[in-house]
Amino acid sequence: MTKKVIYYVNQFFGGIGGEDTADFEPEIREGQVGPATAAASQLEDAEITHTIICGDNFMGSNTEEALDRIAKMLEDKEFDLLIAGPAFQAGRYGVACGNVCKMVQDRFGKPTVTSINVESPGVEMFKKDIIIVEGANAAAKMRKDLKNLIKVANKMLKGEQLQCAVDGYFPRGKRAELWLEDTRENTAAYRGVQMLIKKIKGEDYQTELIIPKKDVVPIADPVKLDEAVIALVTTGGIVPVDNPDRIQSASATRWGRYDISGVDSLPNRAAEGYKTIHAGFDPAAADADPNVIMPVDAMRAYEKEGKYARLHNYFYSTVGTGTTESEAARMASEIIPYLEEDGVNAIILTST
Amino acid sequence: MVKVFERAGFPIVHVCNLIPVSTTVGANRMVPTISIPYPLGDPNTPKEEQWKLRYHRVGVAIDALATPVEEQTVFKVKI
Repeated sequence: MTKKVIYYVNQFFGGIGGEDTADFEPEIREGQVGPATAAASQLEDAEITHTIICGDNFMGSNTEEALDRIAKMLEDKEFDLLIAGPAFQAGRYGVACGNVCKMVQDRFGKPTVTSINVESPGVEMFKKDIIIVEGANAAAKMRKDLKNLIKVANKMLKGEQLQCAVDGYFPRGKRAELWLEDTRENTAAYRGVQMLIKKIKGEDYQTELIIPKKDVVPIADPVKLDEAVIALVTTGGIVPVDNPDRIQSASATRWGRYDISGVDSLPNRAAEGYKTIHAGFDPAAADADPNVIMPVDAMRAYEKEGKYARLHNYFYSTVGTGTTESEAARMASEIIPYLEEDGVNAIILTST
Repeated sequence: MVKVFERAGFPIVHVCNLIPVSTTVGANRMVPTISIPYPLGDPNTPKEEQWKLRYHRVGVAIDALATPVEEQTVFKVKI
């Protein structure tokens, strides 16, 4: 069956006009406009039924309204995929494509794909949420960017598995599982040793775990210890024995906040106190003495000695194994208000 | 997590075993631990020894929070 695709472009690529028409309000047209025409000829067994056009300024200044209006236009449409762009290096257009794709994914549960150049803030803002094919930095590369974009779109429409390394989109920080044929050459041990041999010989090899480029954070100023209100956070899965927040033992999406007012040392599992639920290591040592991961005892000792002002009376815990960077970042953002509320000004985070 | 906290302005020290991972991810203040399952106290050693080690390394971590650094820094531990 022929699949249905909806296309999104800005006022420029929609043929409305240039910068003077950037306030153009969202409009939906039947059929294909601008790059959608060329895209249609490259789509396999899918047709572009409608094109949505919106001015970049209108989208930028009235984002919520623009997205709501576009959502309304889509309510009575049947479609299997939304394609936006390519946006090249354009700032507003890149962000607009990101916003529209994310909205369609969130509100309609439909897949989306766009193409943006790394220099547009749209990439950093949306690469974790949507598929963004890496685009060129100028519209002169339209033919090439469109080809790459539609190639990925075709795969998505067929339900084929995507891999960022193969399909050229920005890694989303999500892991894909692949089934390999059951042969000796496919075992992790064999692959690992082959890589090691190449490394020793100084030959090129391809790691299977690409560490994304460093996203450097400015170094926070130190705190004066006589004013330091320190909070303890761990990714080591230390929780009360009944794990009241049902934090997962791996790939965690939940975190907990536990009261340690008046606690000089965390009681262990046998004493119905705390244990670890982390699935990435033998829990025996931490179950016997949770302070080896969450050192409340040492922190209290220093507090009594007056080394720093005071310990925040809660500790925060989640599990770090298999947990994606984006989930970890979200959890930290959720914890911050609790820290601010108590005047915390420094953090010790322990990881296993 | 470390980066989100630090970006919000909190000086933060990452107390962990896999310092290269922490460095790669982008922690700015780091204090090493002795292992993954028991970062701050080896259960095969007497309780007093575990306490000494934990007390020392936690002390280094607290001091790290008060130390100005210019670049990613792994603080030295003696025990």
